[in-house]
Amino acid sequence: MALVSATERSTRRPPHPTGARDRAVTERGAWFLVLPALIPILVLSVGPLLYGILLAFTDSQSGRTRPTRWIGGLNFRDLLHDTLFWESFRIGLVWAAGVTAAQVLLALGLALLLNQELRLRWLARALAIIPWAMPEVVVGIMWRLVYNPDAGVLNETLRDLGLGGGHDWLSGLGTALPAVIVVGVWAGMPQTTVALLAGLQNTPRELHEAAAVDGAGAWRRFRTVTWPALRPVALAITALDLIWNFNSFALVYVLTNGGPGGRTRLPMLFAYEEAFRYGQFGYAAAMGCVLVAVVSVLLALFLVGRLRGGDDA
Amino acid sequence: MRTRTTTRIGQYAALLAYLVFLALPFLWLLSTAFKSPRELGSLHPTWIPRHPTLDNFRQAFDEQPLLHAALNSLLAAAGAAVVAVVVATPPAYVMARRRSALTRAATGWVIVSQAFPLVLVIIPLFLVLKNLRLVDSLAGLTLVYVVWALPFALWMLAGYVRAVPTEVEEAAAVDGAGRARTLVSVVAPLLAPGIVATGLFAFVTAWNEFFFALVLLKTSEKQTLPVVLTHFIGAEGVADLGPLAAAAFLATLPSLVVFAIVQRRITGGMLTGAVKS
Repeated sequence: MALVSATERSTRRPPHPTGARDRAVTERGAWFLVLPALIPILVLSVGPLLYGILLAFTDSQSGRTRPTRWIGGLNFRDLLHDTLFWESFRIGLVWAAGVTAAQVLLALGLALLLNQELRLRWLARALAIIPWAMPEVVVGIMWRLVYNPDAGVLNETLRDLGLGGGHDWLSGLGTALPAVIVVGVWAGMPQTTVALLAGLQNTPRELHEAAAVDGAGAWRRFRTVTWPALRPVALAITALDLIWNFNSFALVYVLTNGGPGGRTRLPMLFAYEEAFRYGQFGYAAAMGCVLVAVVSVLLALFLVGRLRGGDDA
Repeated sequence: MRTRTTTRIGQYAALLAYLVFLALPFLWLLSTAFKSPRELGSLHPTWIPRHPTLDNFRQAFDEQPLLHAALNSLLAAAGAAVVAVVVATPPAYVMARRRSALTRAATGWVIVSQAFPLVLVIIPLFLVLKNLRLVDSLAGLTLVYVVWALPFALWMLAGYVRAVPTEVEEAAAVDGAGRARTLVSVVAPLLAPGIVATGLFAFVTAWNEFFFALVLLKTSEKQTLPVVLTHFIGAEGVADLGPLAAAAFLATLPSLVVFAIVQRRITGGMLTGAVKS
């Protein structure tokens, strides 16, 4: 979905001679064309979203015979004192921030390299398809094999290098979260790279050459020429990555299922268990609302970045 | 001149590090898939299997209903892709050719949908589908995938429509073609590659999807490939790693093939779009 940010850039630009186009489709015709898409969207995504917010103020539970009652803000009050949830929330923030920061920095490096005239660029592009295309469940399984304490390649390599071995990466209290963060970075790097690469190709090459002729070093050229042009794209993809990572579920579900001792229990996993293992629909919906609030703030940042990008470019 | 060479060497070293990071986990998956249980139990695993075997693939098919799960995945993903493209193409055309409140609302929704909090949606979605008797049914899951694919399908398709010059349509109108005729025999053929790319992208997204399938499908005969794959994990002994790797690799193949075909189109489109602007 990295294409979103770049496509929107490309589509925003051409000036619209809108008059002719408006006449092309009549108002009634437009509704007629839009309706088949609108109904499923309303029933299965806008509707549930609103319904979910309402559920957060009820004591709804799965498989209960008593009717569901309104309980006002009780769920939220409970949530405020639920230390397990806030611990999970903290882990979610560490995960999202850690994965996103590493993803964007590494992707920026790779994009800068791919923007050079290097051999083997095609290989990097081909390899970048793998994490992008691979089902998240398979990514998780694959890294379980890498991290496996006995048959895994990571421990074997460390043994060969004489750095000791026998680490149980995914069950160690201290190593589990960093280990899953590495996987998150691996899985999300390609999209980010492609988006940044698109942004890089947007930077004025002549300006770059002129700066080089004037004797500006690589770092200077990056800061004064490349970065200003790249900034809107970089901001947008960072915010999107942050949101995606915060909503992430399958990777960690497969890798650790939230263990050991809740050290990798992301908020999504927490809410999933609350809803579908313990059947506390209302309470889980309240958690969802809190997470939505966080995501909304991130989205606002994204939109502000986008608007500012429009002024810059 | 010397600094230039060192820069180049540094660049290649960095590129190599990236290649290693990207490729090695996947190569290890492949390597594990071809190892015998005995070799997997050995103390010092090697990159290249000493005695490559296909037993793991056979065992993977014997132990879990993988083929059946793959069929379920195929039905849900293909169904979702076809329906999503059919449903999304007309509104995408409207979005691209008109500016109205409706279009703005659609664009806003596409952006918001990127941030959709799955936790908040899944519980009510589960209840709604239950009322429609669509929980634990592939049809219900397909429907969810359609809705899920719509935002980016709209987005991509609207981009492809904008790439078709209005002059083409005006020329057709001048030649006496009616509105419907213009759309069917002039615009549609030009859009075809974009429609195929969008459909394939929707297919891969649905084929890879896990969360909805996990929540919505209960009966094991109805479960899709990613859900069935997680059954392999559980309490795994070292001996079961081979079949697990084999099955995981097979589940990736369709996505890889489709992506290899579409990727150039997607990224290529993005890049030219960015350059043009």
